[in-house]
Amino acid sequence: MGIRIIKLPDVGEGVAEAELVEWHVAVGQSVLEDQILAAVMTDKATVEIPSPVAGTVVALAGEVGSTVAVGSELVRLEVPGEGDQEVAAAPREAKSPAAAPVPLAASPPQRMPSPAPERRAEPRPAPVLRATVGPPRPPGEKPLASPAVRRRALEAGVDLRQVRGNGPAGLITHDDLDAFLRGGVQPGPVRGRVANTHVDSIKVVGLRRRIAQRMAESKRRAAHFAYVEEVDVTELEELRAKLNGDKRADQPRLTLMPFLMQAVVRAVADFPEMNALYDDEADVIERYGGVHIGVATQTDAGLMVPVVRHCEALSLWEMAAEVQRLAQAAREGHANRNELSGSTITITSLGALGGIVSTPVINRPEVAIIGVNKEVVRPVWNERAFVPRTMMNLSSSFDHRVIDGYNAARFIQRIKGLIEAPATLFLEP
Amino acid sequence: MAEIAAKVLVVGGGPGGYVTAIRAGQLGLDVLLAEQGGRDGGLGGTCLNVGCIPSKALIHAAEAFHHATEQAQSAPLGITVDKPRIDFPRTIEWKDGVVGRLTGGVGTLLKRHGVKILQGHAEMLDGKSCRVETDTGPQIVRAEHVVLATGSVAMALPGLPFGGKVISSTEALSLAAVPERLAVVGAGYIGLELGIAYAKLGAKVTVIEAETRILPAYDADLVRPVARRLQALGVESLTGARAAGLSDDGKSLLVDQEGAERRTIVADKVLVATGRRARLEGFGLERLDLNLSSDRFVQIDEHCATSMRNVWAVGDLTGEPMLAHRAMAQGVVVAEQIAGHRRVFEGNVIPAVCFTDPEIVTVGLSPEQARKAGREVLTAQFPFQANGRALTLRADEGFVRMTARADNHLVLGIAAVGPGVSELSAAFGLALEMGARLEDIAGTIHAHPTLGEAFHEASLRALGEALHI
Repeated sequence: MGIRIIKLPDVGEGVAEAELVEWHVAVGQSVLEDQILAAVMTDKATVEIPSPVAGTVVALAGEVGSTVAVGSELVRLEVPGEGDQEVAAAPREAKSPAAAPVPLAASPPQRMPSPAPERRAEPRPAPVLRATVGPPRPPGEKPLASPAVRRRALEAGVDLRQVRGNGPAGLITHDDLDAFLRGGVQPGPVRGRVANTHVDSIKVVGLRRRIAQRMAESKRRAAHFAYVEEVDVTELEELRAKLNGDKRADQPRLTLMPFLMQAVVRAVADFPEMNALYDDEADVIERYGGVHIGVATQTDAGLMVPVVRHCEALSLWEMAAEVQRLAQAAREGHANRNELSGSTITITSLGALGGIVSTPVINRPEVAIIGVNKEVVRPVWNERAFVPRTMMNLSSSFDHRVIDGYNAARFIQRIKGLIEAPATLFLEP
Repeated sequence: MAEIAAKVLVVGGGPGGYVTAIRAGQLGLDVLLAEQGGRDGGLGGTCLNVGCIPSKALIHAAEAFHHATEQAQSAPLGITVDKPRIDFPRTIEWKDGVVGRLTGGVGTLLKRHGVKILQGHAEMLDGKSCRVETDTGPQIVRAEHVVLATGSVAMALPGLPFGGKVISSTEALSLAAVPERLAVVGAGYIGLELGIAYAKLGAKVTVIEAETRILPAYDADLVRPVARRLQALGVESLTGARAAGLSDDGKSLLVDQEGAERRTIVADKVLVATGRRARLEGFGLERLDLNLSSDRFVQIDEHCATSMRNVWAVGDLTGEPMLAHRAMAQGVVVAEQIAGHRRVFEGNVIPAVCFTDPEIVTVGLSPEQARKAGREVLTAQFPFQANGRALTLRADEGFVRMTARADNHLVLGIAAVGPGVSELSAAFGLALEMGARLEDIAGTIHAHPTLGEAFHEASLRALGEALHI
């Protein structure tokens, strides 16, 4: 068996580095020739990197969100035979190998395939930028530093724009760089309460940056309007408890989500305009036959929306299993591109944190998003007496450019009706 | 056909190429350097063979001769000499000796650092392989990294192809005799350095420049002392003028000047020094996927990387400023990157020196450039007329000029024109690289009596504290 190193190829003219947005493979996994290994994002496009050979993944270079220089190692494969020339003639380890960059600093790309394999095991520096003390540099000012300081910073992967200078004219001294590399100045002993003037600058990159762009774009383009209605879920909760109590060991525990999905599947049959994508540049609305429900999921990296495809063809149990599988994949960061795109309508739920009202942001180019608020037992007047009922609000947003308020209200009322009489969820139309 | 494998192949043995190779050798890389030699090359490239070094030798000899002539004519120092004569072939021989010592030194340095030298014309077959025509037959070199350092060549003018009496700087450095009448087309630094040297050697020199003044790349204040010196040396400067070609009898240069009739300038030699272009032909570079700029230089990024993976380029073929010290700095950056270090080429502080009489040196921004960049600037000059050392050298033309930010006195640019100011470039460059403020230079004790005191005083003057003016 040999080792074959797959390097990040040229992904576009003038592109020196790319952001790793997705791993399609994991260590230990065997891959076939042309199987997609990873997706990287440049300023211009997201590019998928296929494997040139079949083999078994033995190492991945970096985590999703890190920046990979063109020409540097991406994936290490164990392949049958001798491995390849690149490894046989592996670059000699540099006398003082360049330190791993602080990934979020805009560090210049390292073009050379120099990292020795053992470097992979090193923990990456914390991705939080530290601000040292000293006057902040006015906007547009370039950092000022002597050649020796500049070189040390480059080798340490530090972008000097992040480092404050305490020298004359804002010169960044060796001491300033040392303080930055130590992670800021250690506070001395403190008596009493003191003002905390500390500021952490956290660069917005990767998933967070994409979330920011998408959210702002959605808010900018779609004419959001919210509609909130309360739903009595007492009976649904009784049904859910019963099903969970009786379920087979191999069946997943049912949360509220698959029931809501089932309600959406039923409701969009009557309101096809809700299960649609609005291409506002081409002025075309595409109504979908299949119901592909995005399920907003919180991950450590931030919000992701894995997609359960063709819910109209799935049973309640299948939907539950699929939601569970996708949420886990998203949280563990190995959801693939296909699993994270292609939704036609989205449900967002914060569960017990759901609050009483929310105003969800539409997952553009979709036209509707259904937000789920927390369940709460409240006294409800049933014409004779106050009775305890489990109530829950649905807070939904619609794109008013293409959805009228009247229809949105009727759509939510339809969902409400389905949920409040759960048997109707499962009546074949 | 023999095949050699190497980690690094350097194409071209000029300052960019040989420094890349030496540094790569120092870093333990397996390096091969291909140098084709020839009329305007060999190890050391244009710089050592037909550029910086031989021109400085000629300028020195011309100055020595001129100095002697001056003593013979007016004995300003009370020294009387008979009318000096020059044995120009011996001057050229001496110059060749200097060049020989240096190019030999380059060869020794390369060998000492384990660089394999392939003498012969190199032609790239693709981004990783190259065919070198050596004396012992063709060799194929396969390298992981290719560093292109093919340099530049003098540009010919459409109406004045090189040949016969129309010469480039290369031929001007090896003439058999001092021409009686020399016409210099192009009053950039190359044309003026050689024009002034030949004027001092006794030639009647006429300089023809298309722009409205000589040394158009430098600002007018810096050029003025040079223009005065040209006049004193009897050099005629025609500005706003274009060389149209040779007269029918081949004896004269035809010059069109704006608003004037065509002039005929009798010349024994016509030196065309209107610029240099990248040397791109004949190396198989067309087989590589190189991005070229609109003026046909190889485009590189801050790492000196070309558009092709593991193909790097350093020096003149990457464009202006075409200076040996820039090429050398780029070469170090490339070699260290190939060895796995993180490097970028920072070209903000590249001193430029014009070895005219007097010399001009500039580092960083001119006052005008700084203002254009939106800065409020302090600027101050200190004249060599007020500098003791300059007076003892009988060379009181010129000044040192500081350009600094008005708000925090950070030095943005330093320039000087005057005798031997090229040597001040070291202090100027260091001040800028270290981020000096005017106060830093003002607070540095400068030796007396030296020309460097003008640097000190100019900084003081910018702060309103000049002592000797």
